Amino acid sequence: MYLTKLEERILRGEFAEGTQRALELLVAIGEAYDAERMIPIARAHAASSGQEGDLYFVELLANGGAFCKVPTSTNPVYDITYFHRKFDSIPKDEAEVARRVMEAYKRVGAILSWSCLPYLTENIPLFGETVAFSESSATPYVNSVIGARTNREAAQSALAAGVIGKTPKYGLHIRENRKGTCLLNVEASLKDEFDYTLLGYYVGQQVGYGIPVLAGIARQPTTEELINFCAMSNTTGAISMFYMPGFTVEAATLEEAFQGDVPKERITITNQELSQAHEELQTTSGEIDFVMLGCPHYTLKQVEQVARLLKGKKIHKDVSFWVCTSATTKVLAERNAYVNIIEKAGGHVVVDTCIDEPCWIAYKNKVGMTDSPKCAYYRRFRDVIVERLPNCVEAAIKGKWG
Amino acid sequence: METTLKCHKIIGGYGEGEALISHEAICFYLTDPKTGIVREKNHELAGKNIANKVLVFPSGKASSVVQIDGLYKLAVHNVAPKAMIVKDVETVLIVSAFLVKIPLVDKLEQDPFEAIHTGDFVKVDAEKGIVRISKPTS
Repeated sequence: MYLTKLEERILRGEFAEGTQRALELLVAIGEAYDAERMIPIARAHAASSGQEGDLYFVELLANGGAFCKVPTSTNPVYDITYFHRKFDSIPKDEAEVARRVMEAYKRVGAILSWSCLPYLTENIPLFGETVAFSESSATPYVNSVIGARTNREAAQSALAAGVIGKTPKYGLHIRENRKGTCLLNVEASLKDEFDYTLLGYYVGQQVGYGIPVLAGIARQPTTEELINFCAMSNTTGAISMFYMPGFTVEAATLEEAFQGDVPKERITITNQELSQAHEELQTTSGEIDFVMLGCPHYTLKQVEQVARLLKGKKIHKDVSFWVCTSATTKVLAERNAYVNIIEKAGGHVVVDTCIDEPCWIAYKNKVGMTDSPKCAYYRRFRDVIVERLPNCVEAAIKGKWG
Repeated sequence: METTLKCHKIIGGYGEGEALISHEAICFYLTDPKTGIVREKNHELAGKNIANKVLVFPSGKASSVVQIDGLYKLAVHNVAPKAMIVKDVETVLIVSAFLVKIPLVDKLEQDPFEAIHTGDFVKVDAEKGIVRISKPTS
């Protein structure tokens, strides 16, 4: 790979050691993909997780004096002080890892968004921009809905790109590689956010690795519908990008999406496939111990929906009710009194964290309910029922489902 | 007899050991972090130990967070593979190998699944882009 004089000097150790380590990682990736050179990025998103591998790399950079050159946002971890007030069961060593991760991202100059939807508020890419965004919903959303360009990054490669301000030119940074691989004929009627969750779940399973092109979508999907589709298809599969000609920005027609080629594979999706996916996720019924919403983080509109459904109601005394969102969204939700309504009903709106964090260990042997299959996928809980939001709220009030 | 084959360096360094072949993709999170024994049910390597082996497999799998954390924990307990030979690379596997400094190569000049068999002794010199294979003498 071609390196500039400055890049060679960084690699020789003439600058901060943390910067050297960051560039070494990017060069290894570039060499592996036979990238011709590095290209500048406008911004990055590091899918920080608060786990040991994450801690090792961010401390390696922070202790070595590295500092982000372009805006680099961070994914949810968890606020130990907040959770220690709620539960006493979080293991001390895990809490210490989370604390050190958050501290190291601050030292390295990242935007402390602790949000999995940075592309909506804290770190928004532009059409055509070159970026390095890790996180399951972020990579496909940024590529497809916004039309910026990113590869399916790991937290570490995205952070390294943020520090250097560059990424190797390979994969989805090259136009020919952004070609659709598979045509999906959507005959299913997509009514709401949950239908898009099921669609993403099914598409990820069917396509696995590739760039699906969805035809037959009847109306403009909402922001939340697109977020759910991205998060799920990139969890059950590795979908870094997709097209919905007419609604996503990069290709106006099917021909453009396939760059003139004939699709290698065709799949038809009807209501039956979506109900089957829903059935797969219906693991149990009866009494529930908790409801967990906000995977990915709820938007302001979704927090408002929860408040509307809970207004004047009381959550069952044996059910804990959690809504995960970003700090910025919570500020607005407080102004609009949504948080107040949810808290009055007995629920909590929690920031900076996600369902896949050790802070929820108190629910390990409990039965929960959620509108996100990702919550069930991580297997942190005994059993999780996946249902539409109004059903989750109804069950939280009754204390049981079914 | 020793066979020498060219390969393409992804992560540099040198590692040698007994070869262990997996025709299936590997998720390091689904191995026991203290012993290196594969715990993934129905996996071709289920119950086998990857510690200190030269691991030959098609590619990595699973989300970036779990894959990286998995290999990192093996390395902390000194039960990671000594070197890795793959067919298809992806960013997450490269990052994982980089963090724990395990030599990783691809593009072996012969199909690795034909050239190497479980039990062969393999030396991976990623820096020089060379893999040396010795068949067991029995």
